[in-house]
Order: sequence, then structure tokens, then C-alpha cells
Amino acid sequence: MPSAPLDTRYQIETPEGIDLPLRPAGLVPRMLAFAFDLGVRAVVMGVLLVPLALLGNVGIGLGALLLFLISWWYMVLFEVLNQGCSPGKQVMGLRVVQDDGTPIGWSASLIRNLLRFVDMLPFGYCLGAISCLQHPHFKRLGDLAAGTLVIYREQPLVRPRIPQATALRLPFALDLSEQRAILGFAERQGELSTERVHELASILAAPLQVSPARAAEQLNGVARGLLGPA
Amino acid sequence: MKQSLFESRHQRQWQAFAEQLTQLEQGQAKAGDVADFPHQYRRLCQHLALAQERGYSSYLVDPLQQLALRGHQQLYRHRSQLAANALSFVLADFPRLVREQWRFVLIASLLFFGSLVGIALLVYLFPDLIYSIVSPQQVAEMQGMYDPDASRLGRAAERASSEDWMMFGYYVMHNIGIAFQTFAAGLVFGLGSVFFLIFNGLIIGAVSGHLTEIGYGQTFWSFVIGHGAFELTAIALAGAAGLQLGWALIAPGQLTRGESLRLAARKSVQMLCGVMIFLLIAAFIEAYWSSTTVITPWVKYLVGAVLWLLVGTYLGFAGRNRHAPD
Repeated sequence: MPSAPLDTRYQIETPEGIDLPLRPAGLVPRMLAFAFDLGVRAVVMGVLLVPLALLGNVGIGLGALLLFLISWWYMVLFEVLNQGCSPGKQVMGLRVVQDDGTPIGWSASLIRNLLRFVDMLPFGYCLGAISCLQHPHFKRLGDLAAGTLVIYREQPLVRPRIPQATALRLPFALDLSEQRAILGFAERQGELSTERVHELASILAAPLQVSPARAAEQLNGVARGLLGPA
Repeated sequence: MKQSLFESRHQRQWQAFAEQLTQLEQGQAKAGDVADFPHQYRRLCQHLALAQERGYSSYLVDPLQQLALRGHQQLYRHRSQLAANALSFVLADFPRLVREQWRFVLIASLLFFGSLVGIALLVYLFPDLIYSIVSPQQVAEMQGMYDPDASRLGRAAERASSEDWMMFGYYVMHNIGIAFQTFAAGLVFGLGSVFFLIFNGLIIGAVSGHLTEIGYGQTFWSFVIGHGAFELTAIALAGAAGLQLGWALIAPGQLTRGESLRLAARKSVQMLCGVMIFLLIAAFIEAYWSSTTVITPWVKYLVGAVLWLLVGTYLGFAGRNRHAPD
């Protein structure tokens, strides 16, 4: 396996001895999520303030409490009680976790959301954006202090079918990365044009000892052989 | 073992595990159904490790990885007894924390109360100074509020009892907002906290000096003395929490700056929880007790003095005995 992948994956090792890859989310999806949250809050405030205003002074008091709750606690409550997702993050497919991949707790969420105030300085999230852009895992200042990470939530995968071919066994042994590459080629064929499939397969024509035109079919056969009988 | 065989042999277990996960994520799991969850999770981890080692295709490894990640999230969920923790925090941990961080508390108090008292004396001696700190409209507004002829005190001169409610909401929002700002701004190497401490000290000091000087002292001081015990202390403590953050960045010691900031943040956010409790109490007192004019001022002074003493004793002595809260 290549030691340093070119993507932004963040590996955590669990006590069970396996590596889980997390994918930190960058500035733009996080901005959109925040904008969505801002919109939700504005709508909620707008809808609730109208009947509260009719209640007179008690209503104004409740409104002030509501404003306080929504401006300082909205994010914290959603992040802790809703598996690390505020509504905006839910829509953008994001989630907040601790650095070690465990779910976010009260204190971490409180820290990262209180320090949002500093991220917004001097205007429009300037400090937060700078911090986010220069950090390898896209952390804003609040994330740095709280030790949290905004990652993409895992999306369910649809498994493609491997093209029909007679199973083959190669006369030489394949190592793990070669096995994975051949399986990957067979599984992703549907996403590529026929020309590209042949172009890629023909690279391996010589070691497979077939003509370049038959290389793709040969590789599919090898993949079938690796998978084994269904 | 070939991949297909491996898959068909364990597919059922993975599906069952995924169902358990969905239940747990939606919070609908019954204790009996998920009793074997840790066992299932470990088995899944084993399968994942096997699949990776044997070079199975990424369309098998990736879903297993997703399941493992979701399982990890559920298994390592932080569970704490919120009620018990809150009680021990109020009874012992908060005052202990304040005493442990006494250096920051001292500096923040000096900045805040120092600027408050200093400017109050200056304004008292040189009355015109008030206009270079507070705008004339605000001065007029303040004077209207604490006019000795008004029946009820606080933000508005003529207050009905329903207004107590309004003011409670207002005080909570306004004061806790200020405390949060004072804390958060500490991340800028402590400068922000220093600024907010001095700034708030100046405003409060100037107003109190001015009101005393024009002869509204009785109404003003009897109004603020009660909740001031909690409110002013809370602002100073919020500043102390902010200074702690800043200091972690300035002098991280043996740690990296990031690590030192993380540790300091965990401590200071606890301090901030205490500040929030203080400010809620303050808002309550301010809305329902400080604003009444039925009670004669000297009773208010007495109660105020008792409250100050209470706060001082609480922060200074609560939780000194290890076994006290048990």
C-alpha cells in the first residue's frame, strides 16, 4: 500500500487494531453548511417572534431567551444530541467528531462553538477561513482548541457488477496491490468509456501474454478468478 | 479464501450489525437487542482486517470500513451522569478550579475591578469625564433609569411585574453574551479578554461614578449591589478563562502550542460553565429582587453585603474538604 496517499484522508487507529480513514471537509462545504444553518435560525426566529411579540412583555422576555438559546446553543445542542450533525451539516453530508474519531461531547462542542466568535473576526469569518485553508485537516481556530474535526459522513455505496467472463487463474502470483488494482479495474469499468478501458488494459497486454485487444477481457477473467465462484 | 465465499459466509452478520447500528443511531435500541453489540463490533473489525490483508476489492472493504466507523462512533460514545457531575461541579469542582487558576483570576479581577474603581473615582472627581466615555444619550437614558422618583428600577423607569420577565430574558441574553465574548476573545493571545475586561470596567465604573456624583447614588447602589456580587465576579472569571487560553498560546511550556491550547480550553470551558450559572443567578436576582422599590435601601445593602460574602466564601472555601460532597 502506498505510504502517503495523495488525498486528504486522516487515518485513526482504533483500539481494535484497525485503521479507519476519515475524510476532512474543506472550506466550501462547511461554509455552505453554515449558511444553511444561518438560514434555518433566521426562519425559526422569524416564525417564533411574531406570536411572541403579540404576548407583550412576557413575549419579549421569552424572545430574548430564545435569541440567546438560538445564537449560542443551536450548534452545541444539535452537534451533541444529533450524532455530530447540525441541520446544515446534515444537508451537506458532514459531521463533527473528536480528533480520535469518537463522537463529540459537550465540552468540545461548547469550546468550538464559543470560539466561533474569534473565527468570525475581524469580519466574515476571515480568521477562520485562513486557519481552515492553511491547516492540513481544514481546522478553524475553534476546532484547533477543541480538538475536533469536520468530516464527510459515509455515504452508502452501490456495488457495480463485474462484467461476465470466464474465470482465469494466472500462472504467476499477484501481490496485494496488484490484486486490488485488477479488481478495481473490473469493478469500475462501467464508469469508463470503452476506448479508455482498452487503453488501460493494453498496458498489461505484454505481461498477460495476450493481444492488446483481448487484454480487457483477460483482466476481467482474472478478476472473476480472484473473486471466486459466487 | 476467495472473496465471494468470504462474503456469502458473513453477509448475514454484517446485515444484522448494520440493523443494530441503525437502531442505536436513532436512539431506539432496547438493552436486550444490543447486548452483544461490542462482540459484533469486534468481529466486524476482524473481518475488515482480514479483507484488507487478503486484498479483497475496495467495494467489499469500503462498506466494511463504513460499518466499522459507525460502530466505533456508537461504542465510544461519551456517557456521563450529567446530574451527578453537575452537582459535584457546583459543590466542589468549580470553586476548586477558580482557586487552582488563582493567578489568572487575580489578573482579570485587577484589570476589571481596577479600571472600574479607577474610572468611577475619576468621574466622581471630574464629572465632565463621563461624556468622553459614554455618549450623551446613554447618559440621559441611565439617569432616567435610576431617577429616585421612579417606582421600579432597571432598564425602564415604569415597570409592571410582567416586565420582570422581559428583563430576565434581556439580562440572560445580554450578560451571558458579554461573558462569552470576553472568554472567546482570549484566543487572540489574551488581548481580547484584556480589552473586554477593561472596556466593561470603564463603562460600568463611569456610569456608577456619574450617578453617584449627581445624587442618584442611593437608587443606583441599592439596585446593583445584590446581583453585582454574581454578575461582576462572573465577568472577571470569564476574563480569567480567556486569559488562560491566551497564556496557553504565549507560553505553552513543554507542549506544542496546539496541545497546550487544547488542554487549556478544556479547563477554561469548565470555568465558563460556572460563569453561566453565576450569570443566571444574577439575572434572576436582577429581574426580581434588585428592581423592587418596596424594600428599603438598607435592607438591600444588607442582603447585597451577604451575597458578596456568600460568593467570596463559596469561591474561597467550598470543596476544600475532599469528602465534602459525598
